[in-house]
Amino acid sequence: MTKKTSEPFMWLLFSVGGMLAALLIPILLLLLGVLIPLGWIPPPDYSNVLAALQHPLIRVLLLGFCVLTLFHTAHRLRFILCDGLQMTHRSLAITKICYGGGTVGSLLAGYILLRV
Amino acid sequence: MNEIHHTRRYHQPVSPFWWLRRRSYLIFALRELSAIFIAWFVVFLLVLVSAVGAGEDRYRQFLTTAANPGIELLNVISFFFILLHAITWFHLTPQAIALRVRSRRIARIWIVASLYMCWGALSWAAAWIIMS
Repeated sequence: MTKKTSEPFMWLLFSVGGMLAALLIPILLLLLGVLIPLGWIPPPDYSNVLAALQHPLIRVLLLGFCVLTLFHTAHRLRFILCDGLQMTHRSLAITKICYGGGTVGSLLAGYILLRV
Repeated sequence: MNEIHHTRRYHQPVSPFWWLRRRSYLIFALRELSAIFIAWFVVFLLVLVSAVGAGEDRYRQFLTTAANPGIELLNVISFFFILLHAITWFHLTPQAIALRVRSRRIARIWIVASLYMCWGALSWAAAWIIMS
């Protein structure tokens, strides 16, 4: 009998998160993290940003983005530590810490997005 | 002589620094590290969201803090790591998914090309939304 594991589900979160990160983060980071702070592009108007972030659909989409990309990181970090740094003997603890971190980060993201 | 052989699995010892041995291993390791920079972007984004929620003054303050050379440098480094993630990810996708149309498998090049087109379109749309 095959044992049911959550492995396929974690790989699914990893894949979707990785795809979202690849498609969206380069442009968002370039604009929000580099060009706007440098003053090369004028920052978006405060009232527009606030209105966008208070829209329920935008909040749900942003939460989904945060949760999936955080679990992508958690999953990859797990394999960096286990296989990359040869800590296979601690794999259970590493797995718990990585996914635990992803869960805490996701809850925090939900809290921050709800408060806007 | 009767000997009982205890079969134990043999693990060849591997150095924790195995990824420094070859250029391809190093690129692999750098790509894996991109995950940390993805998490940094999520943190940066959530700090921005939180500042917007706290009022216009805090939003301006966030923009000033983000212009700090240390944070700028971290963001530029993160940008290149995530670019490495994006490019390697698009090129690996055809290995992970086998798309078929009428039982014929779609060539790798089409999957990669369509991902690049999606990337371009989404980047353009995101830039248009943020800048308008």
